[in-house]
Amino acid sequence: MKNKFSKIIIFGFVISFLSIFWLGLKKDNSYNTKDLIGGKITNFQLRSIYNSDLITEENLKKNQFTLINFFASWCAPCRLEHKYLVKLVNQKKNIKILGINFKDKKNNAKTFLNELGDPYYFVAEDTDGKASILFGIYGIPESILIDKELTVIKKIIGPIDQEKLEEIFRLIK
Amino acid sequence: MILRKIIILYFLLFTCLQSKEVKIDLIEIYKNLRCLVCQGQSVADSNSDFASTIKLVVEDQVKEGKTKEEIYDFLISKYGEWIVYQPSLNKNNFLLWFLPYLILVFGGLIIFFIIRKSKHNKAN
Repeated sequence: MKNKFSKIIIFGFVISFLSIFWLGLKKDNSYNTKDLIGGKITNFQLRSIYNSDLITEENLKKNQFTLINFFASWCAPCRLEHKYLVKLVNQKKNIKILGINFKDKKNNAKTFLNELGDPYYFVAEDTDGKASILFGIYGIPESILIDKELTVIKKIIGPIDQEKLEEIFRLIK
Repeated sequence: MILRKIIILYFLLFTCLQSKEVKIDLIEIYKNLRCLVCQGQSVADSNSDFASTIKLVVEDQVKEGKTKEEIYDFLISKYGEWIVYQPSLNKNNFLLWFLPYLILVFGGLIIFFIIRKSKHNKAN
């Protein structure tokens, strides 16, 4: 009886360990942003690339929806996504795009916008990249869709394409 | 004159010790932060753009007088729990924290019973 009880305990332990290892193997270990949805964008103050104007979270509360887009003139995927940003502001009036120019030279950014069009209602500078950390950015292009309460609705890592644009359309309908 | 030299020397030494202290704290923090771009490497080990920006932000926050916990909380709020190597205790990972102690106690009990049993057998 005692021997049987010990065997059950050992068997139970083996099964528990194997289950833990199995669950660990199945767990997705790549970084994703799903836990950040529903969070708030707060405490930022950014300067325009054109003048000394500042933008803060208070300004974003005036927009029904805001897409915060990190871009740079040296970033090839940013060039690819740019036409979709232009399309977005041309087709939807309830969204504004805040462009944040990441680790770039002002003149290069201005040339980039002159060449490809300017979909942004405000273009802010982030010369040293520190502002990107405030927004939880880890590479560009990256975009954050927020509502007027500054709640994060969607985080898009990588360039916006037609599929992602349609998803934004659905979210801001 | 000598007094002035001593004061200057004292300030130099004090500044040197203070900067060393900040550096040690910074490295400890960087080692506990995961580089999201080059996974498998800590921010301390990585030379990526992301890691260098994180280092700048952490340095600023240490200068502002924030504690390690405040810095981790800030980064967790921006990137999620994944950014830190040492996870905080919560309902999803409490087993990770307590299982080693449970195993230790359980193992100790097994050893205790085995020894007691062998002693009992010898006595008989």
